[in-house]
Formats: sequence, C-alpha cells, structure tokens
Amino acid sequence: MDRAEVDERIRKLIEPFNKKGVAIEDGTTFAGDLEFDSLTVMDFVAAIEDEFDIIISMNQQAEIETYGQLVDAVCRLQGN
Amino acid sequence: MSEGISQPDAPIEADRAASEKDLFSKFDDIIGQREALLAGGFEDPFNLVMEKVLSPTRAICNGRDTILLGTYNYMGMTFDPDVIEAGKQALEQFGSGTTGSRVLNGTYQGHREVEQALREFYAMDHAMVFSTGYQANLGIISTVAGKGDYVVLDIDSHASIWDGCSLGNAEIVPFRHNDLDALEKRLRRIPEGAGKLVVLEGVYSMLGDVAPLKEMIAIAKKHGAMVLVDEAHSMGFIGPNGRGVAEEQGVIGEVDFIIGTFSKSVGTVGGFCVSNHPKFEILRLVCRPYVFTASLPPSVVATAATSVRKLMHGSNKRAHLWENSKRLHGGLTALGFTLGTQEPQSAIVAVIMPDLERGAAMWEALLHEGLYVNLARPPATPAGMTLLRCSLCAEHSAEEVETILGMFERAGKAVGII
Repeated sequence: MDRAEVDERIRKLIEPFNKKGVAIEDGTTFAGDLEFDSLTVMDFVAAIEDEFDIIISMNQQAEIETYGQLVDAVCRLQGN
Repeated sequence: MSEGISQPDAPIEADRAASEKDLFSKFDDIIGQREALLAGGFEDPFNLVMEKVLSPTRAICNGRDTILLGTYNYMGMTFDPDVIEAGKQALEQFGSGTTGSRVLNGTYQGHREVEQALREFYAMDHAMVFSTGYQANLGIISTVAGKGDYVVLDIDSHASIWDGCSLGNAEIVPFRHNDLDALEKRLRRIPEGAGKLVVLEGVYSMLGDVAPLKEMIAIAKKHGAMVLVDEAHSMGFIGPNGRGVAEEQGVIGEVDFIIGTFSKSVGTVGGFCVSNHPKFEILRLVCRPYVFTASLPPSVVATAATSVRKLMHGSNKRAHLWENSKRLHGGLTALGFTLGTQEPQSAIVAVIMPDLERGAAMWEALLHEGLYVNLARPPATPAGMTLLRCSLCAEHSAEEVETILGMFERAGKAVGII
C-alpha cells in the first residue's frame, strides 16, 4: 500500500473525530489543531490499528504530533 | 466607576504575573481553576484536616463530628486492639524506623514475618514488601517488562501503574476499559517472540467496578502473556478468603503477580507483590523502587502482619460490609442519584456529579451534614467525570448507613442534584 492510499484511508477514519471540521494537512497537529484529548487519542489509534492491523504503542505515539507524521508511521509499520 | 478607581493597578499586576514565565507557568490553568472554586466560597475539598480520629468511621474534621465515608479502611482494622498492641510492642523493641534499604540494614524480623503472613494469606510461594503500594506497582512493572517487551494495560489503570510504565523501557499499549475484544486484538498484533505483560485491576477505584478477570486472563494466557492484577481495593473483602477478584472468579492460580497494599483493608501503609514464579526472589536485587528506599518502620510491619492474619478470619465482617454496600447503593439509587455501577460490585459506591462546581457544592453540603466522602475529578477520574466517591467500612453500623442516606437526601435536594 503506497503513501497516498494510506493517507486516503486515514483521512476517512479521522472524519468522526474531527468534530470541528478542521482542514487536514500534513502539518495539522492532533493536540493543538484537532484538540484530541487522551480518550479521543485512544479511540482514534484503535480505529487505525484495526484498519491496518498494526499496533502503535504509546512510545511510538509520543513521536507522532502531526497528521503527516502519522501517515509516515503507518506506512513504516505496514512495511514491517 | 468607583470600582475602576479602586483597582487601577489590577490589569498591570495581572500582566506582570503573566509575563513572568518560569517553570511553574505550566500550572497556571490548574491554579486558576482552583482559585475560581475557592473564590465561590467553598471549603477546599483537597485541604481537609482531621483534628481527631475517633474510630475507623468517625473523626473531627474541620471542627465537626463527621462520619467517614471516604477512607479505604474497608475492614476497619486501624483501631483493632491486637493491631495497635503489636505496633506498640514493635515500636518499643525495634525503634521508630529502620533507616535503611531492605537489601542492606532495613530487613528486620518484622519484615520477614509480614511476608510470611502474606504468603499464608494468598497461599503463594513468594511475597515482597515495598514501602508503599505505589512503589510496588512502580517497581514490579518497570522491572519485569524491559526493553522490547510489551505492557498491555487497561486505560483506566491507577496512576501507579502508568508511572510504572513510564519508569520502565517497555512498549506501552493501552486498551479500552474492561474491553475483552480490544485486549485480544492488541495481544494478537504484538510481534512474535516479544515478552508480554498484561496489567489489570480487580476493582477499579474510581467507579468501584470489577474487571471480568476470568475472561481477560484466559485471553492473556492464550497469547502467552504474563498477568499482573492489582487487588488493592478487593483484598480482605472480595473472594472466599478475601484474596480478591481473581479468587472470587476462580482464576487466582492463573495470575503471575498480585499487587496489593497495606493502606486499605490492612489499615496501615506499605505495598506488596505475591507470586508463585520460581525466580521471583531475584527481584529483590534488581527492582529499584524496592532497593533504593528505606524499608517500612518496625511498628508498621508489625501492625500489618497482625492485621493480615486477622483478615484471614474476617468472613463475618466481609458479610456485613457487603450488606452495607448493597444498602447504600440501593438507597442512593432510590433517591435518584446516578451511580458509577448499575449494581453494587465492591465497597466503593461512586455518585456521579453533573460537573465540578455542583460536585464541590454537594461535597461541602455533605460535610456540613457531618459526612466525609471523596471528591474525585479529572485526571484521576475516567471520561472527565466529577465523582463523590463513597467507600464503606465493615465498622459502619446499619443505622449509620441509614443516617448517611438521610444526609445525601438533604444535601442532594439543597444543591439541586436530585
């Protein structure tokens, strides 16, 4: 699966969590722009893990601040 | 107009404070929230002083005779005459403190005796006593799960469990509270060959709900994970021998590590881990929160040992505590309060408040009635809830529980919650 396809799938997954309809770009931050709290993060991460059948530990999540970083991380985890 | 004249400096003062950024600036939000609460004229819910403690269930709080319904003194052992006598004797014979680590000069006869009492209480091969329950979780989790291993834990886990994860180097994977499917999926995706530790609690202390340990442990074992269960809030009370929820659900033999505390049913302070793992004793040398701190004072381990042994024969008290829990839960439900669980599952009955403001008002109204409960709020609580957490004691009489219900009814109507 290439980056564009991963991007497209995550864009769909993020919709129900993007309550304010923030425009999603690679630089969009989860904590700042999307105002995700810890419970939202857990549900969103679970949705991504289920979609791609991967595991994103909290240690890995700590390195992911923006949407673009998330797409990159999912691409990487898929490669493993 | 006169206000404007009397406060000409206020904005400048505020600017000055805001511009002085230092390491404490990150606390400004919580300082503001707290000041707003106190400015509303509330008594500070987090600064209560008990001037006198009359019994496990009564104290003089802020000058008032108060029924205690917010302690973890589930079995009422704090004033047990045998427990107090054991503490006095140890204080006289062994002094006020050990001034040393368990692995150097801090293991006295009493530390050995309380570990023996725990092995008998749980019918397990090994017991290791820490200076607090917090340190027991901190130490065991951070030491057992190392780099490359995975800790899979419930999202509503206690702070000591989370801090144990932070202290260690393992990969941390949370799952939705008590969700079997979420646990299973995460375990299934962990890379082949990685070590796995599943961390669960018997009773979750905020809502007082119990975990489906039987099902969860079966899933963990299917995936080759070790299992740690924190039974802090169930010891002495739940299970045929008071060993906790895992015993109650018939799966205690499948648990690799049980974490517990002396600061709840046992009635003093300290923490422990019991296990049947054949290599367990090596943890005494490699577990930093065990090694690099002073051991418990002799009087504390003596009171703990006496109390643990008495809890082995506490079935009548357990039965009365269940009666109290059921009556309080049923009574509060009938009055129209929203509770954390549909039915009583433990000695904790959590009353859900609409918001922090009314929670604080209700807390204060109860205190004025002569009742102390815990006001719990985020981040300690799940889903941003404000809770009035009631924890019952085996020493609360049936009449006291009725008195408590009357207090809740008057306070709840005064504050407009029911």
